Amino acid sequence: MPLAPKLLKVRVQGGYGRRFGLRPALEYGLSSIKFGGNPMNAKSILSFVAAACVLLLLAPAAQAGKTLDTIKQRGQLVCGTNTGLAGFAQADAQGNWTGLDVDICRAIAAAVLGDPSKVKWVPLTAQQRFTALQSGEIDILSRNTTWTLSRDASLGLTFTGVTYYDGQGFMVPTKMKIKDSKQLKKGTTVCVQTGTTTEKNLTDFSRANKLDLKPIVFEKQEAATGAYFSGRCAAFTTDASGLASIRSKDAKNPADHVIMLGLISKEPLGPSVRRGDDEWTAIVKWVVFGLIEAEEYGITQANVDKLMNESQDPVILRITGKSEDTGKLLGLDRDWMVKAIKATGNYGEIFDRNVGSQSPLNLPRGLNSLWNKGGIMYAPPIR
Amino acid sequence: MSAPPRLPPKKRDWSWRSQAFRALIYQIVAVAVIGFAVWYLAHNTLLNMAARGIQSGFDFLKEPAGFDISESLIPYDALDPFWKAFLVGILNTLRVAIVGIVLATILGSLLGVGRFSRNAIVRGLCYTYVELFRNVPVLLQLLVWYLLFTDILPPISDPLSVGSLFFLSKGGFSFPVPVWTMGQTLATLGAIAGLVIALIYRYVTMRRFELTGRPGSLYLVPGLIILGGILVGWIAGGAPTEWSVPKPGDFQTEGGASITPEFSGVLLGLVLYTSAFIAEVVRAGISSVARGQSEAAGSLGLSRGLTMRMVILPQALRVIIPPLTSQYLNLTKNSSLAVAIGFPDVVSIANTSLSQTGRAVECIAIIMLVYLTTSLSTAAFMNWYNRRSALKER
Repeated sequence: MPLAPKLLKVRVQGGYGRRFGLRPALEYGLSSIKFGGNPMNAKSILSFVAAACVLLLLAPAAQAGKTLDTIKQRGQLVCGTNTGLAGFAQADAQGNWTGLDVDICRAIAAAVLGDPSKVKWVPLTAQQRFTALQSGEIDILSRNTTWTLSRDASLGLTFTGVTYYDGQGFMVPTKMKIKDSKQLKKGTTVCVQTGTTTEKNLTDFSRANKLDLKPIVFEKQEAATGAYFSGRCAAFTTDASGLASIRSKDAKNPADHVIMLGLISKEPLGPSVRRGDDEWTAIVKWVVFGLIEAEEYGITQANVDKLMNESQDPVILRITGKSEDTGKLLGLDRDWMVKAIKATGNYGEIFDRNVGSQSPLNLPRGLNSLWNKGGIMYAPPIR
Repeated sequence: MSAPPRLPPKKRDWSWRSQAFRALIYQIVAVAVIGFAVWYLAHNTLLNMAARGIQSGFDFLKEPAGFDISESLIPYDALDPFWKAFLVGILNTLRVAIVGIVLATILGSLLGVGRFSRNAIVRGLCYTYVELFRNVPVLLQLLVWYLLFTDILPPISDPLSVGSLFFLSKGGFSFPVPVWTMGQTLATLGAIAGLVIALIYRYVTMRRFELTGRPGSLYLVPGLIILGGILVGWIAGGAPTEWSVPKPGDFQTEGGASITPEFSGVLLGLVLYTSAFIAEVVRAGISSVARGQSEAAGSLGLSRGLTMRMVILPQALRVIIPPLTSQYLNLTKNSSLAVAIGFPDVVSIANTSLSQTGRAVECIAIIMLVYLTTSLSTAAFMNWYNRRSALKER
């Protein structure tokens, strides 16, 4: 991380800046520099895409079935994540990543390499993510990405399941005194980040309800939220989980902002992999299913060792590799699921720790509860 | 002058001993290598994209874009195709570039001339301005202006108002505009007709001055002719007087026209940054005019202002124009940074289209094409102007 922006930030926080309300402003300005690693923000994106194009240009034709070998040889899983979204993917001051999307990558690294720490994190903007996956820069994209037809069918990638069922919502200042998305007034300005399905949903919603909403589109999440909190836009829109994350992390006083009822879209978020490597796709898919299945059968980080040796339940014996060797079918070790569960816990534990009851976001399980507990999280059986 | 001596036609020597022949071969080889490199890159890209199941092509331009754009010079609807969204973006880029170039030129020239002022304060201020603005990265300047606009100004629901006609808030600057009817159209036509007549009048007056030495009005009468044209058109259209006056509301200011903080932020940032460079260009141009010129003008009794206007600047212009052109190009290209503060320029639209369609190579190609075209046209225009103002050697 460059030193200069950090110094500047500290100084601005001091006196002068705060009085004129410059601090959040400068901060988001600087943060955009920090992430780009280069003051030319738009240009850095352009150069990134250009570099990705060059990768496409120069790389030899794609080979199928090689991702697992490459990862094992490299001894590291390369995982594309969000640049910073509390609860899903966020790095602390020491550079340790936490979040739901991050844990999915850790579980996969544990299942494949036996060590959840053997992950290289590649923070990506919404716009960079698909190119990074296409060009082979990352092995898996776990970055709160919505599964849609056009992405699945035309971008050269395959979605491997859903790790979070979400929907797009709006956040407005509490003093507006409105509770439902449909109460937004005609011509309201809405801050939004580019590179997502959000813009299109917003337009669809605006047209369907004849609201004539005006989107102000920013390239960086930090810039979009900064503009909203400064009052440039009357509303901010993204996935409801993202709204909760932004409100808890970025708002001066979270109670000043209300996330409105009435979600305007379906947003199934999940990891995706490059198309054309069915073996690797199966591994990612089944690690995620395994985590959900583990929750269903009560296998946790704490009791997995004990259950493996003492349980008589045939399903638990299968999941832990005590009876059948499901790992062999996937090209992994026998105890692949044990390693994954030991690394991150089952899906329920991952959820609670990062976005649920044990986290500052405190999001309800809702749709993401297991199928037998009122939600729609349902994993095909491991057998 | 006698005709140049006629040389015998050159005979090509088809052998390695001939320098001309070797040069020809080298050039053919160079072109072939470049051609092969381009073909190889394009071919390999397409192959790789096909192998990875990435769909490509420009056919998406005909599909409906499906996203709204916050400000547009032409009517645009989310159901319009992608090419129209791109057109909106291109027009927004041109709007910033053209207005920016005009303002930066005016400000830069004033600052550059100010560096030669006899008043130490003016000189010092111009110097400070140049050093301050050209040494701070332009992206930072854009962000600072945008943040000033969105942080300091009052909220949309409670704008600053001047006589209930002009409103200033985080939502932008709103002002009344006449409701466009037949009268306005005719007034515009009248203005164009007036402009043509005024230009003819001015040309005739200049000719008469050159022939007879009798001075005529070069500004007042042409100005009056244009005004008259507007007035005639307006009255012919029924003299409409209806205005659309902005009305502040809780979520937006309705009616009137408005300048958004995004546009103002981009424009102000680019103009202030570029004008610092233009000031230096102008200063260099003025310095390049020999000192004897101003001394000679002084000895003729011309005032300092007249000396600058009639003697120094016309000569300085020849030095100024080429580097000025590259500053114009810089301003146009820097406008791509607008995406950082939410102004829907062509880069912003391409970004959105890219993420909606996944056609990265195509969208980047469009951006490149747009900037290349605008830059080359600007350069072509400036080169033409340069030839016109260059020293005519007779």
